[in-house]
Amino acid sequence: MEFLELINFYVIPGIVLGSIYALGAVGITLIFAILRYAHLAHGDLATLGAFIALAVVTGLGVSPLLALPIAIIATAAVAVGIDKVFYEHLRERPKIVTVMASLGIALMIRAVVQVVWGVDTETYSRGIVRPENYFGLRIRDREILTFIAMIVLVGGLQLFLTRSKWGKAMRAMSDNPNLALLSGIDNKKVVMLTWIIAGGLCAASGVFLGLNTELKSMMGWQMLLPMFAAAILGGVGRIEGAVLGGLIVGIAEELSVLVIPSEYKAAMAFAILLFMLLVRPTGLLKGKVL
Amino acid sequence: MEYLGLLNYAIFMAIFIGIYALLALGLNIQWGFAGLFNAGIAGFFAVGAYTSAVLTTEYADGRIGGFEMPFFVGWIGAMLAAALVAWPIGKICLRFRSDYLAIASIGIAEIIRLVVKSEAVLTNGARGISGIPRPATEFPTLAQETAYLASQAAYLAIVVVVLVAAYVLVERQFNAPWGRMMRAIRDNEGAAKAMGKDVEFRRLQAFIFGSALMGLGGALFAHFNRSITPEAIDPMVATFLVWIMLILGGSGNNRGAILGAAVVWIIWSMSEIATDRLPTEYAIQAKYIRLFLIGLMLQLVLRFRPEGLLPEPLRGDRRAKRSGADHT
Repeated sequence: MEFLELINFYVIPGIVLGSIYALGAVGITLIFAILRYAHLAHGDLATLGAFIALAVVTGLGVSPLLALPIAIIATAAVAVGIDKVFYEHLRERPKIVTVMASLGIALMIRAVVQVVWGVDTETYSRGIVRPENYFGLRIRDREILTFIAMIVLVGGLQLFLTRSKWGKAMRAMSDNPNLALLSGIDNKKVVMLTWIIAGGLCAASGVFLGLNTELKSMMGWQMLLPMFAAAILGGVGRIEGAVLGGLIVGIAEELSVLVIPSEYKAAMAFAILLFMLLVRPTGLLKGKVL
Repeated sequence: MEYLGLLNYAIFMAIFIGIYALLALGLNIQWGFAGLFNAGIAGFFAVGAYTSAVLTTEYADGRIGGFEMPFFVGWIGAMLAAALVAWPIGKICLRFRSDYLAIASIGIAEIIRLVVKSEAVLTNGARGISGIPRPATEFPTLAQETAYLASQAAYLAIVVVVLVAAYVLVERQFNAPWGRMMRAIRDNEGAAKAMGKDVEFRRLQAFIFGSALMGLGGALFAHFNRSITPEAIDPMVATFLVWIMLILGGSGNNRGAILGAAVVWIIWSMSEIATDRLPTEYAIQAKYIRLFLIGLMLQLVLRFRPEGLLPEPLRGDRRAKRSGADHT
């Protein structure tokens, strides 16, 4: 019973939270590896995705799951737009300038969310969902859904990156940008694809966070640190590493409540981040170090 | 009477500009000299503010304190504490590109916010620390209103003295071999390393010096307000304001940092006055629209005037220009 309780109250919520982190961390790791900067507006992009889905849910009266594809497409479009308007002309400058610009973008996206949707907490649907009982494991439907959706989305991305022409182009840019450019890869298309994928995954992570908890204008910003910790823990540039990192960070955050006061749950991701930078900056799966 | 009110307001503004100018100078050491991206300015500010508050206040139940040290001891303590927080972060992150420091500094600011909120033993939790002594407030010979004005003006004088001292010291370092070396590391790390410079150690120095100045800014703020609470500063907004001050003013230029602090703070406060006059249903939204515009301002400066209002002074600049003119 003791063991089941541990699983039910800490490990399962940890896996769900970890899946949400993983969706964001995959985008971060792609941007870090291909465009070569830390994108600090990633969390707030997730917030935007979650609120776009909320607008669809309340506007059309559909379930959040149906709103998800719309939110993914809309957020991907926003991400591409932000890149075209704000980041593209900084490409020739030192990369850190783009990091700074992305900090400003984070503030701007959050301000838009706060103006349009206000600062109160919102939910997709009211009421309490009781968990189902599977041989003593108590799991809610939405929790299974979150995990499966993460596996499907990331699995699809992995197939795209390894099998398709453009996926291979993206990996080539990540491995050796000069060589990739010399062999005639269209940099602009690769950049755009990266933003479409990262933006879409951001929206998915935001929607699933909203589905499992609630929607707040600060929800994405608070995810930023765990997502970066996950990307670095897994190894920058490694998709499967980001998933593994996300799950570890999520479970570690939930388990940390057993040892440290729950206010410091958010500190867990930071501790993991610093520990990895100190001990093994390439991450668990041998990623890049910029 | 109106005149006195305006004067009071102007002094109030000037004190804040002075405090923000200190933060911008600190950031200039980190970003302008060394190219280090610190996104946790508010964290170092809070460490300084609380350290000085704990060192100088009277004893209170339920939290450490009662040291009742003079204010300058508190300020030195604030600088030391901020430096002490900066050290491990810099030690771990400065081996890598500045992106990692950006993430870690966001993290440390977040952790400091959590500690401030939940460790009541240190910070008295959400109620904050009050009764922080403020130097030069007693003017018994003056009438009440002029005494208030005099105490405000006296504090402004102290802020100005601190700021000028910081400016002179930083400017001296900028022109000293140390400053040239820092810029060499910033602009071409490989070449500086090849010249035998200890890049990591020098960056750590710049990071710690800058953070100490930020801690001092926090202490000045706490003593001016006589109290400090977790709500006193919005971490993202404070950090971001300092960034836009430095970028707009001109990173790498100490006068630019101070000018940027003045310009941005005046715009920021004026827009606050403007939005406060709106009816309440718009006033809340207007606050976020101001945030949006300040973000947009950064994008525009980065795009159209990345060198800022006062560009970084470069050696041989004038000569290069003249010889360039000869050729054309």
